[in-house]
Amino acid sequence: MRISGRQFLQGNEAVVEAAIAAGCRFFAGYPITPASEIAETMAIRMPQEKGIFMQMEDELASLSAVIGASWAGAKAMTATSGPGFSLMQENIGMAVMTETPCVIVDVQRSGPSSGQATRAAQGDLMQAKWGSHGDYELIVIYPNSVQELYDKTIEAFNLAEKYRTPVILLSDEIIAHMRENIYIPETLDIIERKRPRPEDKEHFLPWKPDDDGIPPMAKFGDGFKVMVENNTHDATGRTNQTDAALHTQLINRLCNKILNAKKDIVKTEGLFLDDAELVVVSCGCVSRSALEAVKLARQKGIKAGYFRLITIWPFADEQLIEVAGATKKMLVAEMNTGKLLREVKRVVDPYGVQVNHLPKIGGAYHTPGEILASIEKAVKENE
Amino acid sequence: MPKYEIRFGGFGGQGVVLAGVILAKAASIEEGKNAVQTQLYGPDSRGGAAKSEVVISDEKIDYPKVDKTDLLVLMSQEAAEKYGSEIKDNSIIIYDADLVQLNLSGSFTPYPVRATKIAADMGNKIAANMVMLGAVSAATNIVSLESLLKIIEASVPAYAKELNMNAAREGFRAVKEIMGRRGGNEN
Repeated sequence: MRISGRQFLQGNEAVVEAAIAAGCRFFAGYPITPASEIAETMAIRMPQEKGIFMQMEDELASLSAVIGASWAGAKAMTATSGPGFSLMQENIGMAVMTETPCVIVDVQRSGPSSGQATRAAQGDLMQAKWGSHGDYELIVIYPNSVQELYDKTIEAFNLAEKYRTPVILLSDEIIAHMRENIYIPETLDIIERKRPRPEDKEHFLPWKPDDDGIPPMAKFGDGFKVMVENNTHDATGRTNQTDAALHTQLINRLCNKILNAKKDIVKTEGLFLDDAELVVVSCGCVSRSALEAVKLARQKGIKAGYFRLITIWPFADEQLIEVAGATKKMLVAEMNTGKLLREVKRVVDPYGVQVNHLPKIGGAYHTPGEILASIEKAVKENE
Repeated sequence: MPKYEIRFGGFGGQGVVLAGVILAKAASIEEGKNAVQTQLYGPDSRGGAAKSEVVISDEKIDYPKVDKTDLLVLMSQEAAEKYGSEIKDNSIIIYDADLVQLNLSGSFTPYPVRATKIAADMGNKIAANMVMLGAVSAATNIVSLESLLKIIEASVPAYAKELNMNAAREGFRAVKEIMGRRGGNEN
């Protein structure tokens, strides 16, 4: 039974409860700090929901099992952290190529390699998009509270089903282990994947897209003939690796089904932007400090603004350009050495916005005071 | 109420994390306030230093960590030395008088509560964290004893309910007793 009403949950627990509410009935994973509570809670909750929990031998197998479960008709999820996320990259590509709806949670910790295993970081912003090989697009969402971990886990499943794509839900050690009160409504909007019509069974082309670029997905056992092919394939599913036009068409379709839907997919949050002389750009745990810092700056008479990326990929170029049109300076605060900075500069440099940077690594995220000091310094520059 | 910042400091095994969780849950579920709980998480939290932080507010809580405390609960000398200077003016410090020697300057109201001994006398020193929770309720206006007891009842195994709830009642009583001894000029 799904929970509702006012609840007090840990971030990782909220992900599990939301996944169940979204219809997830299969979890395969390998425990890793700081994502272990997801596997632990799933091991309790899946049997209660008549779902399946599988403890796998590693993260490669975990995502393989999730892909298989999705083809068998289940909404499926795995959860990991940096080292495990690295191991999943090959199968993320497979999920993209086979258009398999699934949700992969990456609770970010400090790296590279084993790094600071129990400490927070935002080092996987780029890996979440570029970690697998070849040309592809996928959806990456990064909440900043327990409430949003709940809401965005549901959205992750919905988008995965709607666009037949893997969706990465980024989290971090801070929001994953934080406990907060949240509100869960009685009714939720849940999206199910498109199924082929029974009358099309005879001549079913499993990889022929509808007008939206997305083919209906048959379920194993329903009698449709489906070849799930991760080589370049035609509408029947047969591989053809020499036809350049076929490959180009397939890859463009896979990318464009995401890129053409950016209006539906991409979410951002902006506050105090109307008259902002400087806008702090952030995401995830850091944005909690950033908003407090912006409010403190406003109390001091500094016209600071707040802009947060909720969807990390596809990147919110359009929304950021709008902000760039109304401000002169930006300050990017992040828990890595400059990943968000790179994207922000790519987007706003042509608009003549001065971009300052406040990176912080080592496990603790920025205090509001640290961000406030950077705001004050940046506002004074070139005055 | 404006943002109220609480820190529990002790060593691993005393239940300071659970104390923070129960306090935050009581404030949010039972009393309708916003609450965030965070903790020190790492290999150093088993046997070594452990801390749990709670922010309670009527408003939305942006920054979830505690900066300087309105209320500091100390269950080890190490915690006293680490967090004793990070307090607000006119704040409150509740400490286990058998484990902590307070050598602090600053304007705060101290409440020495022999939490570990009180719990041990009741049957199990493991309930010292609940004694502290009861003390928190008596020393502040952030959560009622009734709200705490409801959440404690829902948070511990059946066989331990009585001990834990009584431990909270004893902690509440201990602080009220200190207040009574000091006279009526405190709240």
